[in-house]
Amino acid sequence: MSAFDTSFVRVASERRARQAGVARQGISFQRFLPFLLPVVVIAAWQLGSSLGWISTRIMPSPAAVVVAFWQTTISGQLPNNILVSAGRAFAGLLVGGSIGFLLGIANGVSRLSEQLTDTTLQMLRTIPHLAMVPLVILWFGIGEESKLFLTALGVLFPIYLNTYHGVRNVDRGLIEMGRVYGMSNWTLFRKVIFPGALPSILVGLRFALGIMWLTLIVAESIAASSGIGYMANNAREFGMTDVVVLTLVIYAILGKLADVVARAIERRALRWNPAYRN
Amino acid sequence: MSVNTLDRARAEAADITPQVAGAAAIHIKGLEKSFGNNRVLRGIDLDIPAGQFVAVIGKSGCGKSTLLRILMGLEEPSAGHLRFEAVDGGDTQPNTRIVFQEPRLLPWLSVADNVAVGLGEGVPQNVSKKETASVLSEVQLAEKVDEWPSSLSGGQRQRVALARALVSKPGILALDEPLGALDALTRISMQELLNRVWRELGFTAVLVTHDVSEAVHLADRVVVLDEGRIVLDLDIPYPHPRRHGNPALAELEGQLLGAILGDARA
Repeated sequence: MSAFDTSFVRVASERRARQAGVARQGISFQRFLPFLLPVVVIAAWQLGSSLGWISTRIMPSPAAVVVAFWQTTISGQLPNNILVSAGRAFAGLLVGGSIGFLLGIANGVSRLSEQLTDTTLQMLRTIPHLAMVPLVILWFGIGEESKLFLTALGVLFPIYLNTYHGVRNVDRGLIEMGRVYGMSNWTLFRKVIFPGALPSILVGLRFALGIMWLTLIVAESIAASSGIGYMANNAREFGMTDVVVLTLVIYAILGKLADVVARAIERRALRWNPAYRN
Repeated sequence: MSVNTLDRARAEAADITPQVAGAAAIHIKGLEKSFGNNRVLRGIDLDIPAGQFVAVIGKSGCGKSTLLRILMGLEEPSAGHLRFEAVDGGDTQPNTRIVFQEPRLLPWLSVADNVAVGLGEGVPQNVSKKETASVLSEVQLAEKVDEWPSSLSGGQRQRVALARALVSKPGILALDEPLGALDALTRISMQELLNRVWRELGFTAVLVTHDVSEAVHLADRVVVLDEGRIVLDLDIPYPHPRRHGNPALAELEGQLLGAILGDARA
């Protein structure tokens, strides 16, 4: 009986050790997993190009894209255009985001302001902002104003909606507590309403970042004389597929970067919330 | 201008001195409150001497919470009046604090910062830090100063809420079913804590509850409310702290339950 017991214990502990080993392996495998698909696709793509299955007029080889990256970088063309595009993107985010944020706060807090502006904003929101492109070109030509206007318009609504929603959903009990404990309006906003609305505001920011890049790509392809969108459009005219694909990669990287930053802000600002802690 | 600032600083300093700053008496006369056609309070007369612990009990909708909200200045009475009288003879609104049924802590502030909310604005950092630490050790949470509320248990959160209410040394503490959401054992230890801080700090306490045994255990005096009127006003003349299971208290508990349920049968 006791022999059976010890052997059972031994088997169990062996199994536990084996499971731990599997788990350890699982972690390194899982870390690699997200990169599996892109690596396989790029390898197959390079193979197809090298073997002449894919025409370079349709699609450049990955190696050609890397070469284009290198050439445009040392010529200064790529860094300059990235700076121009990023500058436009963040200027638009700053202007549109601030307006959306202020309107969201005002309408969340004040009944009067809400009645005055919310219906109008909800109506404007349903117009696809890119439908404004012809009008914007008529107004501003292809200058900086047109890009700034379109990007600002694009990011305004997601930030507005989420800020408004966030302020509206702050726990009433906490606001009552703040009032009973003698908080002034400003303190109430700073300590209760704004932090309470912040999770929702940051969701709006992440939506806005996606729309920001989208708007900029379109605006720069149609009406610009600099920026990544212009670079892509220019390369198209000369049939330089490698540069066109390069600009796509750059957009992907910039978009991802913006999202990583937004997530980092989220994790820092919402670290009180167990859902954002890791 | 500078004299003014000085006075204010002095007043604030006086406000947070650790001795019993000024328990206040509460005088309620002919108090009525209606919401539309619904007469929630129909003439309440109640005198609460400074430092007394009064429990207000009654069925749901008897008006006990409304009475507390009027005391806190959250509602205006429809008729009658309410007067506070500080021990030192002052007639102004005393420092009144409330503990709600839910802790209502700000989840984005640390435990210490949540407690500091109770001090109000314009208190210097070092004073606030000292007072916060001392009241947190009072509620036995000294080691949790830097935690987020989300990492505390329900009972610990309610103790933080109590610390927030006590940190400014209130003259009156209103308790709106503060233990209602806690489990039975936590509730008993919270009752002991409440009783101890009340005896140490000497504030006037008004506890609204529907737990008769809690009322009898904690209060000097139990007021039964039914349909907006006081139907029973009973002294509980036993020394604190009281032991659970005391037969004399059980007797009083039965009497109070009878008063509450008897009216229901009529």
